[in-house]
Amino acid sequence: MEVQPIDILLIEDNPGDIELVRAAFEEARAYNHLTVINDGQEAVEFFEKGEAAPDLILLDINLPKVNGFEVLQKIRATQKGINVPVVILSSSEIELDINRSYSQYTDHFITKPVDFDKFIAVVKSIGKFWLSVVKLPEKKE
Amino acid sequence: MSSIECLLIEDNPGDVELTRESLKHGRIRNNLHVVEDGELALDYLFQRGEYANTLLPDIILLDLNLPKIDGREVLRALKTDSRRRHIPVIILSSSEAAQDIQESYRLHANCFISKPVQLNDFIKAVQMIETFWIDIVHLPTLPVE
Repeated sequence: MEVQPIDILLIEDNPGDIELVRAAFEEARAYNHLTVINDGQEAVEFFEKGEAAPDLILLDINLPKVNGFEVLQKIRATQKGINVPVVILSSSEIELDINRSYSQYTDHFITKPVDFDKFIAVVKSIGKFWLSVVKLPEKKE
Repeated sequence: MSSIECLLIEDNPGDVELTRESLKHGRIRNNLHVVEDGELALDYLFQRGEYANTLLPDIILLDLNLPKIDGREVLRALKTDSRRRHIPVIILSSSEAAQDIQESYRLHANCFISKPVQLNDFIKAVQMIETFWIDIVHLPTLPVE
């Protein structure tokens, strides 16, 4: 199965996690461009303004200013963000968070592994799954 | 989660058997339920008639082109129901049409996968779905209110 690199938007405030995601995707050659946004307010503005939609969003829940649930809700309310796949990548394992995420139409909920190697492996799996197995929707400009 | 209740909504008997045989984990294969058309799918998911006492599935594999009620209508009904919309739906369709892909995501399918034509690729795709959704993804587990 051929892998097509894609544009990924990472909404994450933890610098260590950002670097891990970047390193894992680079190793997997999984993206054309990785945009990083560090807080929820900026993420909402990204979608409300004229920026081109990414192919895939990785979203943390605990974010400064506006939390991930609100970001998800607002992204889903925009024309550009209604059908962009969103993967929640969070340190939470709380069932309430997981259920709420799915009820707000996240595509997957993934708990960040604490172990470094496992974290890298999980991010690579996300890349592999979305790039080689799944058909992504066309982007809305 | 000890076992995973999986509902396969598929009218093609060959694809049903192939999907069943491709599943490696007993946790899914032993709890794979199959319905062959959209009407039965809605009965199952809304626990009507013979499915009144059936457990809601943890995950759904949904074909788009189904007899009686189309897969898109099944998806729409599920994802607009507050007690069921959290259930992940994987579209497994022979379609590669951009419109079908676009519409499925707009109706909140969790991912869209085109059935590979080659047998080995089909098996590989089902196994990748299984590995990813069981080993990597956290499924919702809360009982529905």
